[in-house]
Amino acid sequence: MADTLLDVRDLKIAATVYPPGEKPRDIEIVHGVSFTLQKGKVLGLIGESGAGKSTIGLSSMAYGRGGVRISGGQVMLNGRDILAGNEAGLRALRGKEVTYVAQSAAAAFNPAKRLMEQVIEATLKHGRASRAEAEARAVKLFRKLGLPEPEKFGERYPHQVSGGQLQRAMTAMALCPEPDLVVFDEPTTALDVTTQIDVLAAIKEAIHDTGVAALYITHDLAVVAQVADHIMVLRNGAMVEYGDTRQIIEAPHEDYTRALVSVRSIDHEEKRPTPAPLLKVENLNARYRGTAFDVLKNVSVELHPGQTLAVVGESGSGKSTLARAITGLLSPSAGRISFAGRTLSAEMEDRSRDDLRELQMIYQMADVAMNPRHTVGKIIGRPLEFYFGLKGAAKRRRVIELLDEIEMGEKFIDRYPAELSGGQKQRVCIARALAAKPKMIICDEVTSALDPLVADGILKLLLDLQRIEGVAYLFITHDLATVRAIADSIAVMYRGQVVRYGSKAEVLAPPFDDYTDLLLSSVPEMKLGWLEHVIAHRKMESAGA
Amino acid sequence: MTHPIVKLLTQRIALGLLLLLAASALIFAGTQILPGDVAQSILGQSATPEALANLRAELGLNEPALTRYLHWLGAALQGDLGTALTNGQDIATAMGQRLSNTLFLAACAAVIAVPTAILLGLIAVRYEGRWPDKLISGVTLSTVSVPEFLLGYIAMFLLAVKVTAFPSVATIYAGMSLLEKLQAVALPVLVLVLVVLGHMMRMTRAAILNVMQSAYIETAELKGLRPFVIIAKHALPNAIAPVVNVVMLNLAYLVVGVVVVEVVFIYPGMGQYLVDHVAKRDVPVVQACGLVFAAVYIGLNMLADVIAILANPRLRHPK
Amino acid sequence: MTRIPLSALIGLALTGIYFFTAIFADLIAPYDVAEIVGGVWEPASSQFLLGTDGIGRDLLSRMIYGGQTTILVATAATLLSFVTGSLLGFTAAVMGGGVDQALSRGVDLIMAIPTLIFALIVLSVMPVSLPVLILVMGLLDATRVFRLSRAVAVDIAVMDYVEASRLRGEGRRWVIFHEILPNALSPLVAEMGLRFIFMVLFISTLSFLGLGVQPPLADWGGIVKENKDGIIYGVPAALAPAVAIATLAISVNLVADWILNRTTSLKGGRNG
Repeated sequence: MADTLLDVRDLKIAATVYPPGEKPRDIEIVHGVSFTLQKGKVLGLIGESGAGKSTIGLSSMAYGRGGVRISGGQVMLNGRDILAGNEAGLRALRGKEVTYVAQSAAAAFNPAKRLMEQVIEATLKHGRASRAEAEARAVKLFRKLGLPEPEKFGERYPHQVSGGQLQRAMTAMALCPEPDLVVFDEPTTALDVTTQIDVLAAIKEAIHDTGVAALYITHDLAVVAQVADHIMVLRNGAMVEYGDTRQIIEAPHEDYTRALVSVRSIDHEEKRPTPAPLLKVENLNARYRGTAFDVLKNVSVELHPGQTLAVVGESGSGKSTLARAITGLLSPSAGRISFAGRTLSAEMEDRSRDDLRELQMIYQMADVAMNPRHTVGKIIGRPLEFYFGLKGAAKRRRVIELLDEIEMGEKFIDRYPAELSGGQKQRVCIARALAAKPKMIICDEVTSALDPLVADGILKLLLDLQRIEGVAYLFITHDLATVRAIADSIAVMYRGQVVRYGSKAEVLAPPFDDYTDLLLSSVPEMKLGWLEHVIAHRKMESAGA
Repeated sequence: MTHPIVKLLTQRIALGLLLLLAASALIFAGTQILPGDVAQSILGQSATPEALANLRAELGLNEPALTRYLHWLGAALQGDLGTALTNGQDIATAMGQRLSNTLFLAACAAVIAVPTAILLGLIAVRYEGRWPDKLISGVTLSTVSVPEFLLGYIAMFLLAVKVTAFPSVATIYAGMSLLEKLQAVALPVLVLVLVVLGHMMRMTRAAILNVMQSAYIETAELKGLRPFVIIAKHALPNAIAPVVNVVMLNLAYLVVGVVVVEVVFIYPGMGQYLVDHVAKRDVPVVQACGLVFAAVYIGLNMLADVIAILANPRLRHPK
Repeated sequence: MTRIPLSALIGLALTGIYFFTAIFADLIAPYDVAEIVGGVWEPASSQFLLGTDGIGRDLLSRMIYGGQTTILVATAATLLSFVTGSLLGFTAAVMGGGVDQALSRGVDLIMAIPTLIFALIVLSVMPVSLPVLILVMGLLDATRVFRLSRAVAVDIAVMDYVEASRLRGEGRRWVIFHEILPNALSPLVAEMGLRFIFMVLFISTLSFLGLGVQPPLADWGGIVKENKDGIIYGVPAALAPAVAIATLAISVNLVADWILNRTTSLKGGRNG
């Protein structure tokens, strides 16, 4: 076809792995993927980590990251096979016909050079424009992408602007040479949810206005549904399903795609408050040592036995600080925390063993929450030994019970954390918390480092355990979909304060305050046209920048 | 409002001076508080109590240590380093020529070693994991595994005795022409270069590799820039601070290497002066030499930090 | 059980041979250390495998006994440096605050003076004996071990799993011995190899300068000093220690590299 821009045929990609104590060997990570992209269209590549989506995206520039290289197939760009070309040929193509927007613009910009210099570099290198023209073009792009003071923006250094702005600047950098194709590699994943939506809208508009084609890589189907014309679902380096966006979202053919579409749709019936709350936080203020600024201001919340309180907010809202204050890791400057009818000491060191036992914590990064030198058996067994004096066979029996409860089983007892998958690690952390027979568990962003399907599994497990063990959760998250799935009551935090608090039904029902409205409306929905609708109806600009 | 970088630099320089002051106290204390007694050292075990008492009075050893320290420091600040116990010579005078000899030797070594090390480091990075990298790494691993004095004798054995290309003893004196001087110091310079080259090259390689793994290098590659342009325009500005740090650290190391190499080649410099007088237990000379070495060492480290501060864009262009 | 790579095996074997020879020097050396058995600087022969030294002693025997002294002093100084340095380093990391500040600034100060120069200053007033040498070398080098062990411990102490154990109510002993130490051990053991090499070079340098091991004891640095005059006559006797020191240093390096790699691969965890 005349208007085919990119035609990838039977693409195979290999990587060299270095297993410890063995010879390095090659493994295939992408197994014969084919697709085409028409001029001016956007193709979404979607999949979980390890699906090979970034690797496939970069193959359109014939680029392999690290030890990765293209081992077979053809990549036809504008009618010629770019894999057949030499290094010089590839250099003539990169930055001119195809450009790239990285996930972390903060790392992708050179800290020692001004933004303008970097934005127009490829344009000048490929002789696409004179310096004056290129700068004028960059300023126009800055304006289009909604950057502040577009005339002067380029004079700044990367560290002088925010993450959301850098991501837009990187988009400007990719569009400046007027390429045929831009590869967007998770461009909004690292941003806060209310910032993500603005950047997403800016990118979408820029793609539309310039008529450039794009590969949009992400793990979030709801995000890609807003920008892509077609979507390709990938899993473990192979294609699962390919179709136009409406078909993928509304009528997926494959089970895996259906699972991705229905992710975060766990139903959870809200429970009624009980007469006596388990945890009562009253007028809490807290600041970090050596600062004069309160990161928590007059926070009051309650959590009832066997229920879940979700604390929602973006980075810097103070939600994690609240968790640290409740655990006693950070002693509050004012206020009172009572737990199971007794007042908790401000300092962790002054708390009784029962106070510590009944209040457990699960962390975001399960990797670093477990000692890499301890086996699963020791990790789960230590609280049993420490709190209940269990030893030997009795301890082992209980550890196995707990492993069964987290749906893993006895065979994991002698494994080290490094031998577990991300989801399994988080399950072991849950078992360690349960081993203490707690009344309450603080869950600090426990699903945000996980792939959506794995995260769903963890949430379901937590809900099951709550039903069986009657444990209460203080669930800290930035993700409102998670909140809908598990919360009984919700506290929305913004700049150290609770701006909205009540039962789930109350908090999620209008009328909203401005911030809650922004937060709620920023959660990408698995619906076509959602982005335009939201941008048109917002009451407030993004909270961050 | 003063630029924050001025404040940082002032702080760093003040810290360097404070460190030097503390180091001078440490050097003084090191020779005073320990059980050895200067007078006993000079006169030996058979000295009569009267002779010891006389000498102690003469050296001011009966004063409190703090008084003596302040007196010593005050004089040193005015350029008076005292007199040697063994021959009564003025230390500052005796040291002057030797210090310039040592600096000449060290400078010759630095002029060769620094560019070579950076060049080899760049080559190793360019061919990372391939044979030029492995060869350079292998050779430098063996040169850093042999102590300086043995490298000295190996060089002497091969280049002055087996092949009589260079003199085995590096004698230099006033009135020699620069060319004669260079000929005389060729072997010690070679040894010093070998000693610092290994460390400097390995650390430079690591520093540049670290920069080359940054995401912004990938960005530059994906713009279609040539490898040379990427290294020159994107890697180098960010590698300045770490590389300068490496260079300074190794020049400081050179200061120590000089001591041993001078003894091997009987070169009339500070190192030989120091070692001679440690053997003779001539405490004032040892203190003076220690102070000078420490000052050079601290000065180089301070310079490295100053350059690192100046090269940091976050500090040069604050928000 | 992971396979030991060839380079580490060679390193382990050579290091083992050196230590074995040092321990059983009396049984292995063909002649006594101070025994004059031949002419001056005789070349290598079946009777004297490495020839004789400047006053007619058997060079091989001198090298073996010299190795014993060198390795003994270096080992003792390394142990002293490690015990002092890591104990203070861990203390500084776990206690934090004023204790940490005081220790760290003190170490900064000592490290502001080059180690060799500081050693020379101290040795100018101290009697030069083996215990004094071990003490001076070990304590000066402890500053480096301090910095490393403190840095390692501080890195580990901020990990979530350490926080989790503190939240459980564990005492300081458990935190240090069960949470921090197992994770700090490998980098420290690897560093121990490097410190040991440094000690071998250090004591050899001091002896060469005449300020280390004193006659009649033999050590590698001293053998160079005794035979250096032969160099100008083309007698390579003074170079024998070079081979010994270099091979020992490289083999310990190989072992240390292997230990470090093993650590990182454990940390790296799941591959693929």
